[in-house]
Amino acid sequence: MEERIQLQVSGLVKRFGTETVLDGIDLCIRKGEVVVVLGPSGCGKSTLLRCMNGLESPSAGTIFLDGEEVTSDGKKITQLRQKIGMVFQSYDLFPNKNIMDNITLAPVKVQKRLKSEVEQDAERLLKRVGLWEKRKAYPRELSGGQKQRVAIIRALCMNPEVMLFDEVTAALDPEMVREVLDVMLELADQGMTMVIVTHEMQFARAIADRIIFLDNGNIVEDSKPDEFFTNPKTQRAREFLQTFAYKKRRTHTD
Amino acid sequence: MELNFDFMVKYLPWYIDAAILTVKIAFFGILLSLVVGVICSVVQYYRVPIIRRIISVYIEISRNTPLLVQLFFLYFGLPKIGIVWSAEFCAIVGIAFLGGSYMSESIRSGLESVEKSQIESAASLGMSNALTMKEVIFPQALAVSVPGICANVIFLIKETSVVSGIALADLMYVTKDLIGLYYETDEALLMLVVFYLIILLPISIIASIIERRLRYAGFGN
Ligand SMILES: Nc1ncnc2c1ncn2[C@@H]1O[C@H](COP(=O)(O)OP(=O)(O)O)[C@@H](O)[C@H]1O
Ligand SMILES: [Mg+2]
Repeated sequence: MEERIQLQVSGLVKRFGTETVLDGIDLCIRKGEVVVVLGPSGCGKSTLLRCMNGLESPSAGTIFLDGEEVTSDGKKITQLRQKIGMVFQSYDLFPNKNIMDNITLAPVKVQKRLKSEVEQDAERLLKRVGLWEKRKAYPRELSGGQKQRVAIIRALCMNPEVMLFDEVTAALDPEMVREVLDVMLELADQGMTMVIVTHEMQFARAIADRIIFLDNGNIVEDSKPDEFFTNPKTQRAREFLQTFAYKKRRTHTD
Repeated sequence: MELNFDFMVKYLPWYIDAAILTVKIAFFGILLSLVVGVICSVVQYYRVPIIRRIISVYIEISRNTPLLVQLFFLYFGLPKIGIVWSAEFCAIVGIAFLGGSYMSESIRSGLESVEKSQIESAASLGMSNALTMKEVIFPQALAVSVPGICANVIFLIKETSVVSGIALADLMYVTKDLIGLYYETDEALLMLVVFYLIILLPISIIASIIERRLRYAGFGN
């Protein structure tokens, strides 16, 4: 991990009507850092990520990506979004395009790169995740886990500097979760800067350099993963972690 | 019923000419109505201020007035303000005016059916609105809109029978003419029906093939 600041969030406030979802978030993410954002449902995790790539515009505060401000200004934001990939919970491949075309569309049409060159990148990545045979298939012919791996590759082919993942395994059958998480682990190993929202606690602990715990629109903890999982500082975080723990069931033999 | 075949053979060329005219008016009218429909539906989809209101007014007028009245307005009304169009051109514009609103509504329902998450995932890839419309929204919308568009095409071809009202020698006009002149009612009506079927049946069949193929297309749900 380098010292260079990749993503700088300062005083970020986001309101929907009268509801304040994010209430002054300060967050600084360095290049190559993997940050996992945890928090109860509805605490604003998705909103935070969506602000980071300009899908939501902040009510107050600023976000700087690589020294450039993320604003909702039309032309500038499409420029910036090429540096910041995002994968969502619902597999949002384009159903009217096959896998290869899904991947090459934006690099070719937005970044004006050579199709053959993008296809080479796509080939390398598809082979790595074992989906090269599916390049001509349409999204509906793929399982959820396969679609999510393609979605990650599609974002990667833009050569982003940061990747945002919003509960990418939440809608998957349990046996498919692993194949997607493995791709993300590999990506982290390669030094990608990542911001991840997930409910997979073991995965969070394994992949994160840093855990951010959000509650009531604020960052209430910002810790190393081991510290967070073994010894959370706040009551809220402790309660949150409890909801993932199971007590051993008592048997009747005694 | 005795049919006068000599009569039918003799006036066959009239019907052929009339059918060509009907097809021509329908073809260009429908083509234009698709252009109008695409523009109107996209403007409404993006909720473009002001223009959107104007288009709503157009759609209401277009849908709530008979085609014959629209044609009278174009053919007899416009010359009063100095715009003189040929009957044929009026017919094409009339069909486009009527069809534009129907096409717009069909295409719009397709556009609205494309999920918001598709647009966001295109946006997060840095795609502009125009590129997203062209590559993502429109193709998906079309698959949903096609049944409606096909129904409109058939509806508009049938509506062309009204252009006889502005003295265009289409199938309807020729038939009325022949009945008036020779009282060969059965023959004239039979040929009218046969010619409309010759035009419409293949289109119906093609429409249902397109619909079926779209339903099982690579990407349909
Ligand atoms: N577009 C929106 N309009 C109104 N309220 C919204 C919108 N998006 C999110 N919210 C609200 O903001 C809060 C946080 O949502 P979200 O960021 O999705 O939470 P999380 O991802 O942590 O579950 C929720 O209460 C949600 O209802
Ligand atoms: Mg969420």
